[in-house]
Amino acid sequence: MRYSAFSLVRNALSGNLNWKPQWRQPQPKPHYDVIIVGGGGHGLSTAYYLAKEFGVKNVAVLEKSYLGSGNVGRNTTIVRSNYMLPGNEPFYEFSMKLWEGLEQDLNYNVMLSQRGVIMLYHSDGQRDAYVRRGNAMWMEGVAAELIEREQLKKMIPFLNYDHARYPILGGLLQRRAGTARHDAVAWGYARGADQHGVDIIEHCEVTGIRRENGVVMGVETTKGFIGCGKLALAAAGNTSRVGEMADLKLPLESHVLQAFVTEGLKPCIDHVIVYGGGHFYISQSDKGGLVFGAEIDGYSSYAQRGNLATAEHVMEEGVTMIPGLSRVRVLRAWGGVMDMSMDGSPIIDRTSIDNLYLNCGWCYGGFKATPASGYCFAHLIAKNDTHPVARALRLDRFARGYAVDEAGAGPQPNLH
Amino acid sequence: MASLITCPHCGVRPKEEFTIRGDASRGRPEPMDTDEAWHDYVYVRANPRGRTLEHWHHVAGCRRFLVVERDTATHAVYSVVDAAEFVRRAEQ
Repeated sequence: MRYSAFSLVRNALSGNLNWKPQWRQPQPKPHYDVIIVGGGGHGLSTAYYLAKEFGVKNVAVLEKSYLGSGNVGRNTTIVRSNYMLPGNEPFYEFSMKLWEGLEQDLNYNVMLSQRGVIMLYHSDGQRDAYVRRGNAMWMEGVAAELIEREQLKKMIPFLNYDHARYPILGGLLQRRAGTARHDAVAWGYARGADQHGVDIIEHCEVTGIRRENGVVMGVETTKGFIGCGKLALAAAGNTSRVGEMADLKLPLESHVLQAFVTEGLKPCIDHVIVYGGGHFYISQSDKGGLVFGAEIDGYSSYAQRGNLATAEHVMEEGVTMIPGLSRVRVLRAWGGVMDMSMDGSPIIDRTSIDNLYLNCGWCYGGFKATPASGYCFAHLIAKNDTHPVARALRLDRFARGYAVDEAGAGPQPNLH
Repeated sequence: MASLITCPHCGVRPKEEFTIRGDASRGRPEPMDTDEAWHDYVYVRANPRGRTLEHWHHVAGCRRFLVVERDTATHAVYSVVDAAEFVRRAEQ
């Protein structure tokens, strides 16, 4: 069923009793051309583009819980392409362009809101670094603006401009960046993939990968054995554990990142604001709650919850940037488990096993990458060839010495 | 909870006093070892769900490197020993 103004009115007049489920609940077939492990944003978008753009229709997505139960339902919904390195910027800009056409493409309201992302700077050195980043963006054809202090004060009056240690001197603004509704992204891709014939199988956990003569034949699951031609892993957070089933040695650690939502307020924050003095970022959801997060908890973790000390640290950073935050109540906090890669950049590549494909290492930037990740991964699976914008994101880059180290922090995941 | 670490020298301390260097179970290769051995040492991680050994550096305390054994799923800490003591025990 396509959504339109007409379908809204017709269903409203019939008491909203005739809406159909957005995707089927099929039983697994004995064999698929492609099985995707992980029904998160990246797994679903991969399935969608495989079926729609590359004509691979006999596809299954296996999700161990319900759709949207992982990181796609546990993030701060920011989309942006303000990266610096040549390996990253074209990729995230490709993603940004897909975001801009996503609602029309999916016929689904993902509530993309291009409200602008502004990254604050607090010193002359940091200003220079942001000028450089802005120039790097322009070189890839992406607009960036440096906003000076006086102009910023008019745009965002409630920041703490005169903090003794981190006075706010200005910011780097990408106007096209913003937020999208994370659940709607998962549901929209699931519905789109389903309409193109993809089987989305929920509550189906992969427990083993069956191989014969070094070739992957299928997966053992809680719903029995399912055969496949190609197996694609998109199990962020648990990639190491799924990879272990095929003896993959991966440059990953799993870390937990916390995020928070406050009580609903009247519209007060117009942009996504990133605090350059720490790692704090905040935006206001369409319901009115302030959504914010900061750094990872620091040590590797598979628990979908964080520790209180980090929560306190996040609040401190937030109040340092916006003093008025101290009077707002936090309603909810949650933690998501992410793959932290050794250089802070993702991995989309084939593995040493011919028909096994890998999409992992999104650190805490996976949400904004959802469309491009799916598109490039589908391209790789369908054509056995890396998409041009994902060429720098291959698995062997560490061995070759071409790490994409956006933060310049070296091979230590908890510093990215 | 891994928010609190009992340092063998300083007692119970918040984890903010520590810098974490990750996996402590891997041995450093010899200088002239193969590229593959060095690649594995620098980049590849076992990343277990469950018990793991990690180096925690007590930067804001005694400045000793510690080996912390904890569970990555429950955050329970089983043991904390000085890294030098850890090596001594391994060699015995």
